[in-house]
Amino acid sequence: MIRIIIAASAVSAIGGTLALLLELAGKYFGEYGEVTLDINDGTKRTDVTGGSSLLGTLRDTGIFVPSACGGRGSCGACKVRVLEGGGPVLPTEAPFLNREERKNLVRLSCQLKVRNDISISIPEEIFNIKAWRARLAGKKLLAPDQMGLRWELLGNEPIHFRAGQYIQLLAPKYGKVKESVFRAYSIASCPTDSSAVDLIIQRVPGGIVSTWVHDYLEIGDETEISGPYGDFYVRDTDREIIMIAAGSGIAPIISMLYAMVNRQCNRKAMFFFSARTREELFHLDLMKEFEKKLPNFTFVPTLTRVSSEDSEAWKGKTGRVTALLPEMVGERMKDAEAYLCGGSGLVEAAADALISMGMPAERIHYDKFE
Amino acid sequence: MNGSTGSALVIFFAAVFTNNIVLTNFLGMCSFLSVSRAVKSSIGLGWAVVFVMTTTSGINWLVYHHILVPLDLVFLRFAVFIVVIAGFVQFVEIIMERFTPALYFALGIFLPLITVNCAVLGVALFMVIRDYSFLESVGYGLGGGLGFLVAITILAALRWRIRKSKVIPALQGAGISVILAGIMALGFVAFSGMISIN
Repeated sequence: MIRIIIAASAVSAIGGTLALLLELAGKYFGEYGEVTLDINDGTKRTDVTGGSSLLGTLRDTGIFVPSACGGRGSCGACKVRVLEGGGPVLPTEAPFLNREERKNLVRLSCQLKVRNDISISIPEEIFNIKAWRARLAGKKLLAPDQMGLRWELLGNEPIHFRAGQYIQLLAPKYGKVKESVFRAYSIASCPTDSSAVDLIIQRVPGGIVSTWVHDYLEIGDETEISGPYGDFYVRDTDREIIMIAAGSGIAPIISMLYAMVNRQCNRKAMFFFSARTREELFHLDLMKEFEKKLPNFTFVPTLTRVSSEDSEAWKGKTGRVTALLPEMVGERMKDAEAYLCGGSGLVEAAADALISMGMPAERIHYDKFE
Repeated sequence: MNGSTGSALVIFFAAVFTNNIVLTNFLGMCSFLSVSRAVKSSIGLGWAVVFVMTTTSGINWLVYHHILVPLDLVFLRFAVFIVVIAGFVQFVEIIMERFTPALYFALGIFLPLITVNCAVLGVALFMVIRDYSFLESVGYGLGGGLGFLVAITILAALRWRIRKSKVIPALQGAGISVILAGIMALGFVAFSGMISIN
């Protein structure tokens, strides 16, 4: 019996000593002190505390580099040019950087740790990205698994975004989730509405942020929003617009349609909204309104799995969007441009179909949810 | 030169050549076969092994003779040695990241791999079985590490040489590497008359 106790305490003592040593080493050697961060050749110079990722350090100084995965090193969106003080490319960055980018000193800011004075270069637009405290003013289930949210921005700073862009929403710690995380969501509101943003968030089974939104979030709760990010916006041309979306992918399209109403835009536009069943379709009334206000806009909802109850009541189209395109757009495709938004399966299938119908790849713009 | 230093030197050379831990004991095979695809990373891994084996054999000697033996807990040596190796490697990683970033990036990704390398544990266990003194253990660790470095560098160089040779499909990759390692082991047998340790 005593032997067991001695054995257990000896092993615990050895383990404990090592753990203490590691903890102390982390505390004393993990500190890097003050370092200087130089952005765009002196445009902004600031002293920061070293030891965190470049992405986090920039966020602390009020500069929000786009990042869809929230710094886990899985999306590759947070690229910045590091001119000096970045050290060698890390194995975790290597898969995201091609030869051209390496030559241009591009790095993943979420993986790079700020250890010494560092000099970086970022596009001017990124300075435009701001952060707000936001309060939940509306929460409505639009369809099973689709939650519509309205966030009021606190403070006096308005948000200026192009229809189709996205923001990053911070989900604080809740329940068993021990770390706050950021996720990217497209803005569904009108660009002239600069004091609030609408989002549509689809439940992802096991998803940290979507579970928080659907099951925990209540009216009046506050969080942080940063943005706007992204280059998914309607290009200023006269071409016919083909929009294709499914699920919460409708969000940026709604914003684009609001913007077209505001500009009294007469461009020919067609929006294919794909769902499996009738109950997964939502915002149909809003689309009817857009059809009234935009003379050349056509809304085409389509169901891919028509149940027996639906088949009598449903007067609209059925089948996949890719199957409807030849009949509804046909030859006009060659001169049109496209905006696709939704899961990667839908976006990739639609892009392939558009290209095979003769649309040049550079006129296909998309926002793919991973 | 006193007796202990002398025997430590003998053990050191024996560990590099005649009793090479990879080629005579066939320990540490997983990293030996997988990392030897490229010469550069083989050398990186080799130096990391040299460092970890030398330091942990010393530390494990102290732990064994000053903690486990007095407390009659020798039967716990497997668990304790592994914990010590893992904890120490982590500790060194933190220090290296802070003070020698260049070395950290050269060895950094290999260090966590070595924590679970059976050759490192093997060195610690042999040192116990063979009843080495502290100095002999460190010499054995250093020699064992250098032996690993030599063996993996040679294998990587050989694999680089044969990459354009016509190897029959069934033996490509791991198959031919094991055969190469076997031939190397035969070659190292030639050293065996040179020095001998028990």
